Amino acid sequence: MPFDEMLTTDNLPRAPYQGYFNWHSEQNPSDLIKKSRDAENIFRKTGITFAVYGKEDSAERLIPFDIVPRIISGSEWRKLAQGIEQRVMALNAFLDDIYHKQEIIRAGRIPRALIEKNDAFLPEMIGMRPPGGVYTHIIGTDIVRTGEGQFYVLEDNARTPSGVSYMLENRETMMQMFPELFHLNRVRPVENYPKLLRQSLAAVAPPGCTGKPRIAVLTPGIFNSAFYEHAYLADQMGVELVEGSDLRVINGKVAMRTTRGYEAIDVLYRRVDDDYLDPLSFRPDSTLGVPGIMDVYRAGNITIANAPGTGIADDKAIYSYMPDIVEFYTGRKPLLENVPTYRCSEPDTLKYVLENLAELVVKEVHGSGGYGMLVGPAASKRERTEFAEKLKARPGNYIAQPTLALSTVPILVKKGLAPRHVDLRPFVLVSNKVQIIPGGLTRVALKEGSLVVNSSQGGGTKDTWVLED
Amino acid sequence: MLGRTANGLFWMSRYIERAENTARLIDAGLRMSLTRMDGQEEDWESVLRSSGVFNGYRATNEEVTSADAVNYLLRDKSNPSSVLSTIEAARNNGRMVRTALTRDAWEATNECYLDIKSQLSRRIARADMPEIINTIKQRTGLIRGTYHGTMLRNELYNFSSLGTFIERADNTARILDVKYYVLLPAASYVGSSLDNVQWESILRSVSAHRSYGWVYDGEYTPSNIADFLILNGRMPRSLAYCYDKINTNLSYIEREYRKRDSCHETAAATLGMLREREIQSVMDSGLHEFLQGFISQNSRVAAEIAEAYRFYQD
Repeated sequence: MPFDEMLTTDNLPRAPYQGYFNWHSEQNPSDLIKKSRDAENIFRKTGITFAVYGKEDSAERLIPFDIVPRIISGSEWRKLAQGIEQRVMALNAFLDDIYHKQEIIRAGRIPRALIEKNDAFLPEMIGMRPPGGVYTHIIGTDIVRTGEGQFYVLEDNARTPSGVSYMLENRETMMQMFPELFHLNRVRPVENYPKLLRQSLAAVAPPGCTGKPRIAVLTPGIFNSAFYEHAYLADQMGVELVEGSDLRVINGKVAMRTTRGYEAIDVLYRRVDDDYLDPLSFRPDSTLGVPGIMDVYRAGNITIANAPGTGIADDKAIYSYMPDIVEFYTGRKPLLENVPTYRCSEPDTLKYVLENLAELVVKEVHGSGGYGMLVGPAASKRERTEFAEKLKARPGNYIAQPTLALSTVPILVKKGLAPRHVDLRPFVLVSNKVQIIPGGLTRVALKEGSLVVNSSQGGGTKDTWVLED
Repeated sequence: MLGRTANGLFWMSRYIERAENTARLIDAGLRMSLTRMDGQEEDWESVLRSSGVFNGYRATNEEVTSADAVNYLLRDKSNPSSVLSTIEAARNNGRMVRTALTRDAWEATNECYLDIKSQLSRRIARADMPEIINTIKQRTGLIRGTYHGTMLRNELYNFSSLGTFIERADNTARILDVKYYVLLPAASYVGSSLDNVQWESILRSVSAHRSYGWVYDGEYTPSNIADFLILNGRMPRSLAYCYDKINTNLSYIEREYRKRDSCHETAAATLGMLREREIQSVMDSGLHEFLQGFISQNSRVAAEIAEAYRFYQD
């Protein structure tokens, strides 16, 4: 039996859920089902959709929203937040080291090849220190839980984590539909995120920027799967939403084309991948970026958030070294655990992984979004055999992890409440300080028994409450 | 404000206006086919020409039939001016400039798209036409209403309005131009029933059937109709009305930016001309030539606006 966050094995509510549980048992089930549909209509009307790549007809889809909140007690959260903060500090220190003295390699804690032969490592960043010394300004740390007080970090999304708009819209929707719940429970607010993000970005403006920093969000455009979020964040922060075609380098600054002429920008929150950022430095065929922006960056005339080259920190091959990384830079044992990870590049480990495929989750080192992974226990024998061939062909491309008994939180189904597996992505802002928004995005696998929570694979989301206690 | 945002607002409004005008043209065409026994093919040909898509239609269709013409105008994706294409383009522009729109204006646009897209997902039977035309008019009307009711009257609003009135002026001029031969003074049918149907259809395509009656006491003469659609400053789809609005919006931007561009000069000259001309002199010197001249002048204003406010990458 996986750990259920709401109910004990005796079907009694756990402490954080007591208030919600009482309220829920007084509700008329058919009203709740109706509210569920109302919520979906709100999302559809607002256009909170995401694109699924490779599916023509359903180009835009809603991420299903479940109206039962996921609740975390104040003390659980404090413990989590400390662990996340420690990890985020270590990630930034690691990035600074990797692009400068590389002491961690010299100390023999990480193989040199793993860094220097990694596509996510950008030689262009060597010797470059971003304004404020911050590399990864916005982080979404993926957390899973297996029991009382047992949290693991599944992934450190240190490039351009998405999903924060869902955290905000989910809360907004819950407050609209169930205002009384927020009287009954003391839920810590998340809605100041855009304001904090803006302040956080302004705090790392280039040193030469005098006066109020000019901030813009860079999007690949309306056909990007997360476009809604880009527009939402720009709107909520009150800054311009720009595309590559709006920007050009003028007099050593990155400037945007306005109806009154070109105006310089100081901080660019980019939601475009490294490869596409500057056709002069990276992919020459990119039309999504700004020719010459890397020169402006190196000259210290613009802040790019997150910094180019941060992908080396959340690379899945690096992940298995995270406990070492945290200890190396903070001098202390990690407060949050890593999921045990097998590096398939090591021959003995590969052998073990192949022998135990049925119990393991195997992931592509550079994959994301739940694509290209194998969930051993859920896969058919044929799928496993096919996957084994891929694994043998390119072992260095894969890591494997034990299938964790992810915790469950109930969702609302026709018959009432039913447990489903969840994960959690809290959002972290780094400037001259580290701020962790109390809450985050809870993703939930809507299919019974499924462990895959990715929205591209049929996952849904929940509002996530951190209680004041 | 980004040049691309101004461009997005401008085109979003143009496309919504175009969708609505296309729906009106179809409505007028259907109405005409109800009252006539023969000559349907020519009528639909003139509707397709008014919409500026006759050549595109002929590229994929052998004959002009009512059903095919309606389908092409309503929901053919290969027709960039079909209602479905224009609503989708309007909504894509709306998504692009989402941060410039109020929540109401965006939701009206998004719901317009979702509703019309689902209603136009299959061929529309003749019996269902009134309902679909109605939906298009209501949905686009709702977008306009939310704009009016919720958008701050700043440059965003000005660029949107410019799109609306440039497109509307273009549409009205094209409708007249396609039918100008009916209005030629030389036409010997004046007063015959055939002409009345044609004239009525012109007026219906600009939703001015009843208002015309009030202004001109129901007297159908070619020069009155031309006067109404070209020079009458109170008729909201006339060229004079559109140019009055274009000038007002341009002058707001001029004051705010403290900058006057060639678009201001061209638009002012166009309005001046529309105010001074008498309808008789327009008819005498050639309605077709006049309208062709206007259409190209109108495109010039649009191009000059795009240049002055950096709609595109240079």
